[in-house]
Amino acid sequence: MKFKLALVAGLLSGMAVTAVQAQADNSINVGIVTFLSGPAASPFGVPARNAAELLISEFNAGTAPAPYNNKGFGGSPLKMTLIDEAGNSTAVVTEFRNLVQRDKVDLIVGYISSGNCLAITPVAEELKTVTFLFDCGTPRIFEDGKKDFVFRAVNHATADSVGAARYLKAQKPTIKNFGGINQNYAWGQDSWNDFSAAMKVLYPSIQITTSQMPKLFAGQYSAEISALMASKSEVVHTSFWGGDMEAFILQSSPRGLYKNSDVVLVAGETAMFRLADRIPDGTIIGARGPYGVLAPDTPLNRWFQEKFTARYNVPPNYTAYQMANSLLAAKLGYEKAMAANGGKKPTSDQIAAATRGIEYEGFGGKHKFSLGNGHQAVSETAYGRAKKVDGKMTLVDVVRFPAEQVMPPNGVKSADWIAGGMKTK
Amino acid sequence: MIDQIMMVLVDGINYSAWLFLAAVGLTLIYGVMKIVNVAHGSFYALGAYVAASVMGAWVAYDLPPALSYVALFVSALVAGFIVGPLVERLILRYQYEKDEVVILLITYALFLVLEDVLKLIWGVDPYFIIEPYAYLGNFEIAGMSYPNYYLLMLGLAIAVGIVLTFVLKKTNFGRLLVSVIHDREISAAMGIDVSKIFVLTFGVGCALAGIAGAFTAPTTSVTPGMGVEVIVLSFAVVVTGGLGSLPGVALAAIIMGIVRAFCIHYIPQLELFVIFSVMALVLAFRPRGLFSLAEARKI
Repeated sequence: MKFKLALVAGLLSGMAVTAVQAQADNSINVGIVTFLSGPAASPFGVPARNAAELLISEFNAGTAPAPYNNKGFGGSPLKMTLIDEAGNSTAVVTEFRNLVQRDKVDLIVGYISSGNCLAITPVAEELKTVTFLFDCGTPRIFEDGKKDFVFRAVNHATADSVGAARYLKAQKPTIKNFGGINQNYAWGQDSWNDFSAAMKVLYPSIQITTSQMPKLFAGQYSAEISALMASKSEVVHTSFWGGDMEAFILQSSPRGLYKNSDVVLVAGETAMFRLADRIPDGTIIGARGPYGVLAPDTPLNRWFQEKFTARYNVPPNYTAYQMANSLLAAKLGYEKAMAANGGKKPTSDQIAAATRGIEYEGFGGKHKFSLGNGHQAVSETAYGRAKKVDGKMTLVDVVRFPAEQVMPPNGVKSADWIAGGMKTK
Repeated sequence: MIDQIMMVLVDGINYSAWLFLAAVGLTLIYGVMKIVNVAHGSFYALGAYVAASVMGAWVAYDLPPALSYVALFVSALVAGFIVGPLVERLILRYQYEKDEVVILLITYALFLVLEDVLKLIWGVDPYFIIEPYAYLGNFEIAGMSYPNYYLLMLGLAIAVGIVLTFVLKKTNFGRLLVSVIHDREISAAMGIDVSKIFVLTFGVGCALAGIAGAFTAPTTSVTPGMGVEVIVLSFAVVVTGGLGSLPGVALAAIIMGIVRAFCIHYIPQLELFVIFSVMALVLAFRPRGLFSLAEARKI
């Protein structure tokens, strides 16, 4: 009798193990790539990783709000493989290949650096791996040729620059001159080129006073601040981010740069709370889209804000939104492909086909994959001015610009669209 | 026009003072120990992080702001003088017989390890200690407002230069150092405790890097990786001045600071490579730098 009981118990436990294994085999391996070390980790990489961890655990528990409340992706649990983006492009490409060929990930969400996005895109296409670029800004990804497996669920950098210029036009119809300070690499140069071109369209007789391009991570900007102040620019544009932006604020604020110039911090949202007492009222702040404090007040956004703040004791910044939005888009695309495949695990081709052109409601409002043959999403963007209320940083005079005012139409390159007058269809 | 020249000079001298403070420890260590200490940037970052922690407590306990500068100085000095000699005793002293390139690679490895140690202790979030920077107020020159803190940095750089020169030229320890700089073996044969000189020199060099980091911290965001840029710039200054030369570092820092400020005001497109252009130009005509130390010919 005891033997029989033991046999039955053994069989049952064996079946349970098999069931668990079957479930494990059914899991979806999601590669997450973000900066976990280096200067970009704190402002961007770690908040993005936190957002990924939160979303994946909520998806697996089936506790995310509708329409994202299916467990995992279509009932299959998610497994996260986390990789540090730090390193040169060669190392980043090697890690990408490792994720696909060694770790057998089903899809990848990642990449902050535009250089890394440009480096891994052809590899993602070669390996036929569905990849969502979550933060990098370069418009070149989808403007330099058709992509089949690479997607971006948020606006590219053109929206930030054109949005800043449109905000100035809405706030100050007449501006005679402007200057800028931007990091001397792809992001800084592209931001400045787009912003100055958009300003010339909106203010045809405007003059550029000075364009400062210090080295990335230079940290010391005293001379550049002197040059900006001496130029008597009405507007100072900067796409600085992370430690460089914080150093710039710390060094420029006591010198009075903000008294005579409207300073535009394109990526200012990541520092606006921790440097609240150093950012003068009136500073123009962006969040690279309708994210963070600029996110629309929707039930989805409130849920994300509450969950993130409860888990990490800080509100989500814009990179957390970008990561979370990318995961939402990935979930919708995957589940659509799964449904079309009769509930079975879809192939990369099927996921890509299902994701192409979809529209999704994200934590930062509505987004639609309408550019780049349905691979590049667009959304509204927003800017506001800093104002401390009872010692707490807030944004006032917030202006929202619909996607068609800040992103080019499908098939038109950003530079051509800006030079052509940023016409909306 | 006069205003513009004044601005270039003020900006240039301000940057020169920072460059000198950042680089002087590197040249001292090379001069005595013939080690290109790549971990120099980590000691700079260590000084900044220790200063951030000390100033955090200083502000929290509402201690007198005027004394915070002493706290910055002492905290960085102590941190550099504890960790530096530890590294020398535990790791570097076993490597002196090896090729200079091998020691350089070891200090590079040390740099990577120390960067991770800093992250383990202080995390990846930035620290801000604006209080010492804001407390001193501003001065006006050429119609421009500058924080008085930059004058403090200039004064500190001058004081460090004078003290080091005095120690090297006028004290017994300085004479022993000069002897070791010129010939390690003969110095040992004459009874100088070279090992002791090495550990003290490495400690002083690391403490100087820490002081530079501590006094830079109030002007910037103290974040992981902040030491990387410092290594590159310090190396450029030290090579231009002549490896191991104190007056060389001072002159190179002044030239580079002023040329850089001139470019920022008049030709900002050149800023990215102006410091390295100065270095290349100097090395083209003086391959051993502006003030290379004379080497005794050995028979």
